[in-house]
Amino acid sequence: MLSGGRVTGNFQMDAQIYNPDDALGITDSSLNYKKYGMNGFANFIYSNQNFSAGLRAEGFMNPMLGFDPRYEGIGIPYWFMKYKLSKFEVTAGHFYEQFGSGMILRSYEEWTLGYDNNLYGFNAKFEPFAGVRLTGLTGVHRYFWEPYKKDDRGMVRGADAEIYLNEAFSTLENADLKVTLGASFVSKYEKVPNMTFSRDSAYFTINEFGDTTQWIHKETYKYNLPYNVGSWAARTNLSYKNVNLYAEYARKGNDPNATNNYIYHKGQGLYATLTYSTKGLGIYLATKWIDNMGYKSKLTEKGVPPMLDINYLPAISKEHVYSLATIYPYATKPNGEAGIQAQVDATIPTKVNGKYNTTVSLNVSLANAIKKEQAAGIPLDSTGTEGYTAQFLSFGDLKYYRDINFQIDQKFNKKFSAKAAGFFQLYNKHVIEDDIFDDENMVNAVIAVLDMTYKFTPARSLRVEAEGLWTKEDKGDWAALTLEYNISPHWFFSVMDEFNYGNPDDDMQLHYYNLSFGYTEKSNRISVRYGRQREGLLCVGGVCRYVPASTGLTITLTSSF
Amino acid sequence: MFSIALFAQSEQAAVTKLPVVDIKNVKGEPFSTKNIENNGKPIIITFWATWCKPCLKEHDAINEVYEEWVEETGVKMYAVSIDNSRSSARVLPTVNGKGWNFEVLLDENGELKRAMNVNVPPHTFVVDGSGNIVWQHVGYLDGDENGYIETVRKLLK
Repeated sequence: MLSGGRVTGNFQMDAQIYNPDDALGITDSSLNYKKYGMNGFANFIYSNQNFSAGLRAEGFMNPMLGFDPRYEGIGIPYWFMKYKLSKFEVTAGHFYEQFGSGMILRSYEEWTLGYDNNLYGFNAKFEPFAGVRLTGLTGVHRYFWEPYKKDDRGMVRGADAEIYLNEAFSTLENADLKVTLGASFVSKYEKVPNMTFSRDSAYFTINEFGDTTQWIHKETYKYNLPYNVGSWAARTNLSYKNVNLYAEYARKGNDPNATNNYIYHKGQGLYATLTYSTKGLGIYLATKWIDNMGYKSKLTEKGVPPMLDINYLPAISKEHVYSLATIYPYATKPNGEAGIQAQVDATIPTKVNGKYNTTVSLNVSLANAIKKEQAAGIPLDSTGTEGYTAQFLSFGDLKYYRDINFQIDQKFNKKFSAKAAGFFQLYNKHVIEDDIFDDENMVNAVIAVLDMTYKFTPARSLRVEAEGLWTKEDKGDWAALTLEYNISPHWFFSVMDEFNYGNPDDDMQLHYYNLSFGYTEKSNRISVRYGRQREGLLCVGGVCRYVPASTGLTITLTSSF
Repeated sequence: MFSIALFAQSEQAAVTKLPVVDIKNVKGEPFSTKNIENNGKPIIITFWATWCKPCLKEHDAINEVYEEWVEETGVKMYAVSIDNSRSSARVLPTVNGKGWNFEVLLDENGELKRAMNVNVPPHTFVVDGSGNIVWQHVGYLDGDENGYIETVRKLLK
C-alpha cells in the first residue's frame, strides 16, 4: 500500500527582531519585552493514488507584532485524510470549503493575515450524475489553539448542490448558453448561554411636600436565543458567448449575537456580477447588498481578529497594488451595506514605437449604509428586539466608501516601460474603523503613482516607483519612493521610503524607510528586510490585519517541494 | 535545519504528478485538473491574482512572447488565479482587457494552491508531457520568463 506514495510540502518562516524606536514611542516595555517574533509553518501532503493525507504544523513563538497573542504556541492545527474516487470524495479531519461565493459558508486560510477558520469534522462530496455535485459537511471551527470541548463553540452543518446543466443534459452540451444552478443550506447549533438585558425607564414622583423624586425602573428580560441558526442561499451562473452573469441570494434566520447587538432581524444578502469581455476589452459590473449577514459559530464572539466566521462577505472595492493607495482600505460592514463596483479594462491599439499598445483600466466602487427603518417605533438596533426593518436593495444616505481609480500601462521600447495610476478615495473612518455610524470623520484622499522599469539587459532591471498621497485629514500628506534592482533569476534588492511629510503633528512627520534584498533558487526564497514599518492595514482578499508600527529586521524563508 | 531543507531538494528531481482537483474555468464551468493536458507536450502553470503586482508583470511579459513560445515548442500555459470571490469575477475582464492569450482557471478557495503547496503568488510550475511536475519557481523578476522557456526546451530534447 505504501509503494507509489509521494510526499510534497511547503514551509514558511517569518522572523522579526524588534528595535526600540524613540520616534514611534516603541520601547522594550511597550513591546512587552518580546524582542523577537516568529511565525512559521510546515505543511506536508502524502498521496498515493486515491488516498491522501496531510498535516500542517504551526508555531508562533512569539507571534509577530500585529498577530493576536492568543496565537502563541506550537502545534498541529490542521490535518486531514481524504479518499477520492471518480464520483465520491470523503475527508476526515480539518478542511476548507466554500458554497457559492461564500455568503453563507466559507472556510479558508490566508497565512499572511493569520486567518484560518478551518472546520474540523467530516466533508463528503458525491457526483450522482454528470454535472451534479453534492456536498455535505459538519464540523467545528478553529479557535486559536483551543481544542474543541463540548459546548465551547457551535457546530456547523451544511449541504450544497450544484448542477451544471450543460453537462447534466446532453442536448445542452454544445449550447451557447451555459447554465449553472446551485443551492445551499447551512445551520449552526449552539448550546446557548443564559443571557439577560435590562431596559431602564425613568419617571418621577412628587410627594405631599412638593418634593420630586427621580426613579429608575429597571426591567430585566432574558434573551430568547435560538439553539439553531439556519441560512440558505440560491445561485446561478449564466454564460452566453461574451457575457457572464452571476447572482446569489442568501437568507439567514434569527441570529441575535454580539456583533449585531442581539437583535432578531433576519439576514439577507445579494451578490451579483455582470461581465462582458472580448479580446482587448473587459467590462465588469457588480452589486452587493448585505443586511445583517454576520454569521459566526459562537454568538458571543466579536472583535478582532475575526474568529469563528461561518461565511465570507467580500468587500466591494478593488484591492490596490500600490502601497499609498492601500492606506485607506475598505472592509465589509456585515451588519448592513449596499455597494456597486464597475471596471473597464481595455487595450488601445496605439502601436507606440510601431508595436506597443496601451492598456488602460478604470475602476469605480462605492459603498453606503442600507436604509434601516424603526420596527414598531422602537429605536434602531435596540437589543432584544427585531432591531429594524430594511427594504430589500435600499440604499441609505450615509456614505461608507468611494474609490475612483485608473491606471495606464505603456511599453515604449525593449528597455523601458511605465505605468501611471491615479486614485480618488473617500473613506468614512468612523464607520470603517470604529463602528460609529456618522460622517464626522471622513477622509478625502488623492493618490498618484508613477511606476517605471528600465531593463539594462534582459536579466537586469531597475524599477522606480514614485507615489504621493494628498489629504487634509487624518495623517496628512505622504510621499513614497521605491527603487528595486533585479538580477533575474536569483537576486533582488530594494530601497523604499514612505515619508509622512504632511502629518499635522510635527513629531510624527517620519520616514518609514526599508532596505531589503532576497535570493531565490527555484521554489526556495530567502528575503531580509530592515527598516521601519508604518502602522496600517495589511489586506489580502478582503480580510485585513492591523499591523502596528515597528522597527527592526524581518527575515522570511519560504520553500515548496 | 532550515537551510538543509531549503537547498538539498532543489537537486532532487521532484517527480510528482499534477494533483487532481476540481476548480473552475473563467466561464464558471467546473474544470478538473485531470483535464490539464497538451497532447504530450510540456505545460506551464502559473499561480497569480489580480492584486499581485509581480504576477501581472509576469503575465504581461509572457504574453509578449507567448505566440513565439507556442510556435517553437508547442507549450501550453494555464494561469490559475487564486482571486477569491471578491475579485474572481474581475479575472476574465482583466485577462481580456489586457489581451492575454493563455488559458485562465479560477481557484477561488485555494484548493489547487494547497494541493500544489503554493505559499504566495507568483509561483510557476513546468509540467512535462506525462503530467509530472519537473520544475517550479517562486517570485517574478523581470527576465525570469527566459528561465521558464529554457526549462521547456530542455524537456523537448
